[in-house]
Amino acid sequence: MTDTQGPAVLDRDGLNALVAELVAQGRTVIGPTVRDGAVVLAELESADDLPFGWGVELDAGRYRLVRRTDGAAFAHSAGPQSWKNFLHPARQRLWSADRTPSGGVDFTADEPAAPSYAFLGVRPCDLRAIAIQDRVLTGGRYEDTGYARRRTGAFLIAAECTEPGATCFCVSTGGGPAADPGYDLALTEVDGRFLVRVGSEAGGELLARLPHSAADEGTERAAHAAVDAARDRMGRALPPVDVRALLAGSADAERWDDVAERCLTCGNCTMVCPTCFCVTTEEVTDLTGDHTERWQRWDSCFDLDFSYLHGGPVRASARSRYRQWLTHKLSTWHDQFDSSGCVGCGRCISWCPVGIDITEEVTALAAEAGTGPTASADPRTES
Amino acid sequence: MAPTLAVFKLASCDGCQLTLLDCEDELLALAGEVEIAHFLEASSAVAPGPYDLSLVEGSVTTAEDAERVRAIRANSRHLVTIGACATAGGIQALRNYADVDEYRRVVYAHPEYISTLATSTPVSAHVGVDFELRGCPIDRRQLIEVITAFLAGRKPDVPNHSVCFECKRRGTVCVTVAHGTPCLGPVTHAGCGALCPAYRRGCFGCFGPSGSVNLPALIPVLRRDGMDDAAVERFLHTFNAPAFDEELRS
Ligand code: SF4
Ligand code: SF4
Ligand code: SF4
Ligand code: SF4
Repeated sequence: MTDTQGPAVLDRDGLNALVAELVAQGRTVIGPTVRDGAVVLAELESADDLPFGWGVELDAGRYRLVRRTDGAAFAHSAGPQSWKNFLHPARQRLWSADRTPSGGVDFTADEPAAPSYAFLGVRPCDLRAIAIQDRVLTGGRYEDTGYARRRTGAFLIAAECTEPGATCFCVSTGGGPAADPGYDLALTEVDGRFLVRVGSEAGGELLARLPHSAADEGTERAAHAAVDAARDRMGRALPPVDVRALLAGSADAERWDDVAERCLTCGNCTMVCPTCFCVTTEEVTDLTGDHTERWQRWDSCFDLDFSYLHGGPVRASARSRYRQWLTHKLSTWHDQFDSSGCVGCGRCISWCPVGIDITEEVTALAAEAGTGPTASADPRTES
Repeated sequence: MAPTLAVFKLASCDGCQLTLLDCEDELLALAGEVEIAHFLEASSAVAPGPYDLSLVEGSVTTAEDAERVRAIRANSRHLVTIGACATAGGIQALRNYADVDEYRRVVYAHPEYISTLATSTPVSAHVGVDFELRGCPIDRRQLIEVITAFLAGRKPDVPNHSVCFECKRRGTVCVTVAHGTPCLGPVTHAGCGALCPAYRRGCFGCFGPSGSVNLPALIPVLRRDGMDDAAVERFLHTFNAPAFDEELRS
């Protein structure tokens, strides 16, 4: 191997070469790009497609692209999609079946070869979200084989966060703007150049093929300073309480009625959430009835059909559906998957049409539990 | 023998029946599975009922319509209403909020020739309906799915959730959040595939209320995005006005 195992620096030409090299390797490179008034994730043909000079202005229920003067490529957050759109796509066919002339049925599993993905610009929060979906979809007894196929070969290039948005709160979920292990390469953008750290052998090999220089002290210091400063500029925060226990003890909270008045039960929050994994499956026959297909598609606990058993939905009220979302995300997720289901990316806050804010709801629940009439049974004092 | 299919029309524009003719890729297969016994838009040859599956387009706006729809029901084993007129009264239900006599006087040279009811009502207000397929017009794929499901004896895969589900699955950037464009998607029944937001327009609510609607919660967002009271009312008073009105009152 070369000198590339230590941190290195790429300039704009190096970044161009990075994308070109991945494309030349036959990879489908996905990264941020501007479309329809937002920074979306889509296939990149070259580094020119990156959103140089675009930033975002975020608030609850509001997202606006804004011009930046510094030409930065990775100074945006909480876009309308996440990497799950590619690793755990919204629709996929699982299998089909055909009646045979002799009266039998032939089943064909749908196992298309996965594209060889390279994800460019994975935020530290989204890197954690991918790790959470890995645990959910491949870490248990029943592996989602389609997810595993798409995920196994994916090459991850993180972009550390130097520009948190007004709806970001990763620090209060135990994360932060620096990338945890799990990436192949990690970039930190400083003034038009990129500090690169290598996280895997494949990452090292790729870096060796790119025009780069060894990291100078000035760039390293500036990169660390920018990421450190981002830590203190989170737009929001979860309250400093044991959120898992708070939610576990809040089933009867009055706050659920309050949020149910405002919630449209439209499902946007779960669709944009990078960790929400719920799906439904539908069998679809054709007119002849000789051919049938099973399709999987994203579903959500906000969908009435989601909890429909014989006779009706289990969670009929908006109250019970919003409660399911928050309680699963922040509490029962620990019971199932040994972590929280929230990485603090802020998407559910920005992309909720009415601006319901998960941090505000948790804060209100904490206030209700701590100061309300049930203060003596404060779940936070239970172990 | 193949099951018989009939298509009927009350007060409507014919757009929904045309959707059936528009199913070009599936028409041959369909003709192989059902006997099209009554479909005046396609053929004047009519076979007598009873019909196994009747598709009914249009709303009830005359006493005659009301009588006819009862006869259709009596002559149909399975009755599916198609389109906003048949499922919600349609755009002609705007008369429900106006003085029909005044309309008659203003619009027609000989108002005395016009015999009409004061309201436009959905078929379900008159007879039992086995399934309601929404939309103005209905979606082609959903129509085929309803017929296919009927042939297979299963429930159609026609989800009750909001347009936002389809919009996000399609990867469209939300026009409300990112552009400040008023959109009825969060309260509207899915089915169109979130067509309008994909063209940077807000949803017009063609499919009527979804299975889970909190319309009062959306009104402040419409106002924030520049609609005054009159504009909000106009936005909701299109193809499914009575259905949305009911949601506002509940
Ligand atoms: S719950 Fe909200 S903030 Fe947390 S990971 Fe999901 S979308 Fe991001
Ligand atoms: S919050 Fe809802 S949609 Fe998300 S994973 Fe949990 S149950 Fe599924
Ligand atoms: S919290 Fe917001 S995004 Fe989620 S279902 Fe309710 S209104 Fe929709
Ligand atoms: S554009 Fe309309 S339909 Fe699409 S997510 Fe936004 S509010 Fe929902």
